Amino acid sequence: MKSLHTLKLALRALRRNVMRAALTTLGIVIGVAAVIAMMEIGNGSSEAIQHTIASMGANVLLVMPGTAASGGVSFGAGSVLTLTPEDADAIAKECPSVGAVAPVVRARTQIVYNGRNWVPMSIYGTTAAFLEVRDWPVAEGHAFTERDVRNSSKVCLLGQTEVRELFGGQPPLGKEIRIQNVSFKVVGVLQTKGANMMGMDQDDIVIAPWTTIKYRVSGTTLGNVNQSSEASSAGSVNTLSDIYPGQESLYPVPSATQQADTPQPVRFTNVDQILCSARSSAQIPAAVQQMTTLLRERHHIRPGQPDDFTVRDMAEMTKAMTSATTLMTKLLLAVAMISLLVGGVGIMNIMLVSVTERTREIGLRMAVGAEPGDILRQFLTEAVVLCLIGGAMGILVGRGSSFLVRLVLRWPTAISVGAIIAAVVVSATVGIIFGYYPAWKASRLDPIEALRYE
Amino acid sequence: MDLIELRDIHKTYHLGEVDLPVLKGISLHVKRGELVALMGASGSGKSTLMNLLGCLDHPTAGEYWLDGRGISGLSAKERARVRKKTIGFVFQNFNLLARTSALENVMMPLSYASDHMAEGEMKQRATELLSRVGLADRMDHQPSQLSGGQQQRVAIARSLVNNPQILLADEPTGNLDSRTSEEILQMFQDLNQRDRLTIILVTHDPEVARHAQRVIHIKDGLIENGETPLPA
Repeated sequence: MKSLHTLKLALRALRRNVMRAALTTLGIVIGVAAVIAMMEIGNGSSEAIQHTIASMGANVLLVMPGTAASGGVSFGAGSVLTLTPEDADAIAKECPSVGAVAPVVRARTQIVYNGRNWVPMSIYGTTAAFLEVRDWPVAEGHAFTERDVRNSSKVCLLGQTEVRELFGGQPPLGKEIRIQNVSFKVVGVLQTKGANMMGMDQDDIVIAPWTTIKYRVSGTTLGNVNQSSEASSAGSVNTLSDIYPGQESLYPVPSATQQADTPQPVRFTNVDQILCSARSSAQIPAAVQQMTTLLRERHHIRPGQPDDFTVRDMAEMTKAMTSATTLMTKLLLAVAMISLLVGGVGIMNIMLVSVTERTREIGLRMAVGAEPGDILRQFLTEAVVLCLIGGAMGILVGRGSSFLVRLVLRWPTAISVGAIIAAVVVSATVGIIFGYYPAWKASRLDPIEALRYE
Repeated sequence: MDLIELRDIHKTYHLGEVDLPVLKGISLHVKRGELVALMGASGSGKSTLMNLLGCLDHPTAGEYWLDGRGISGLSAKERARVRKKTIGFVFQNFNLLARTSALENVMMPLSYASDHMAEGEMKQRATELLSRVGLADRMDHQPSQLSGGQQQRVAIARSLVNNPQILLADEPTGNLDSRTSEEILQMFQDLNQRDRLTIILVTHDPEVARHAQRVIHIKDGLIENGETPLPA
């Protein structure tokens, strides 16, 4: 009740000099508007960057095989083929933070159609999950299926660049292209993705079942440099029969002794990398953790030994990009804060003038029984109300100008609730800080002298 | 018991190095329901005495008892509380809030009262008082739209709004012509007689002092005529 009255009193006092109140609060209006506009534009650009990165396959995690080392000589990343399709299956099954998983076999060779030829940037042997991981829709036709992968079907999906280079705009669906003398039927065309951040053409791609690329295109599987150590952990190796389940073995199952005496030549099936996606960007660290634990276990790596694989995440890239915009936003925010400070000084100035001007009024109020606390509260409320009105107008102006920026300059903007809350809190704080001294001065006036003041 | 009792009040102002004694030992009594005039030339110390009586200031030495309560040692905050409960002020230059209606001017002291009234109640009380001073039809007028006499009547209504025990009027007719002065003084007499309100008029004008039951003359910080009541 009493505070409501104080509020009314403050509004009435401000109404007595609308023009001056408006000019005083202009500093706050501009300050808050600047904060809001900066935050919205900053938020907008960082969201735009996140969106861009999302289109490259948000939350993509890349598992690469590790480094072979022999006698202290390292052979570099990927020099040992330690990842198997079973690793991919296990990740899909056992890591709750991981969404889609696609093993990838890469090849680089010539493709031919009807007298034209081209060497795609990437020929990926993978599963249908690849498209899910990369967030890459099929523009025409359809993706190949699990069954195609199992059967090593000779089907493929083409990127837009291949369609242009090989078909010159002709419809490619159902046509046969040759990849290293193996003919593949085109079942689908991928949507345009454009260049990635490094400037590489992502549309320059052919996707086929990994089994087909592995066994029909790449031909022989190169031996594993680190084969001896891998062979000793026989549990992780696999044979072709795993890939064609449902086929009855023609031979009687050998006993354990027989197996030990005559080890079968093992044909390794390894993949060049495993591509997976975390369920959300927040789950990326958890996904990395789960995959590392699982793969170490599957690869029988003892504690203390280095991983024979590496997990890379795009989140690091995202972080680097957003940190640049965050820095920018912070910088602009600092400038905006300075203008708020200047606005606050303006408020203090005018409040001091107002206290001097209303000395007699203060004296009168004290004479009729206002306690120093009442006077302090009254002037403080006035300053805070002034700042809050300025803050509210600043929010409107700031939102308006960020809208204009979006409309005219076509910069992306995004509403920032945090900035609005911060603006209200900051303008109230500015009111309290810069209104306190004048209010305190008013409350310390001697009623006798105040009444006599001319 | 007397409403006001001053015992050997001293007030000394310290102006830098120099001590300036203004009140040099004032003792006086004012009974409940009296209409007293405080007279003296300018510089005699009557304004200082008035400020002390109005609890706007505290004495350097001496005792002040108001309605049985010792005032001398109170802090500024406590004196403000005494003011809002027991004292009403009327000033020479009216001291109304500019650009504020008569009604709101009268309501103003109520917002500082410790037992806070509802808005409607405050309005009702202010309306009653304004009607009583004959301004029922001027309630929405701002001070600039009122004559001097009307403004002083608003000020009187304002001084009464807290039901004070004492009304302190500092040269209430100083800015008014003689006809309006007479009206205002009549109003004080009326308040004194009908409501048994204790009123202290501070003035230098013998014409004004004539309306009082008792005149106290002050000269050079001392009471000149003791406490002799005037012959009625």
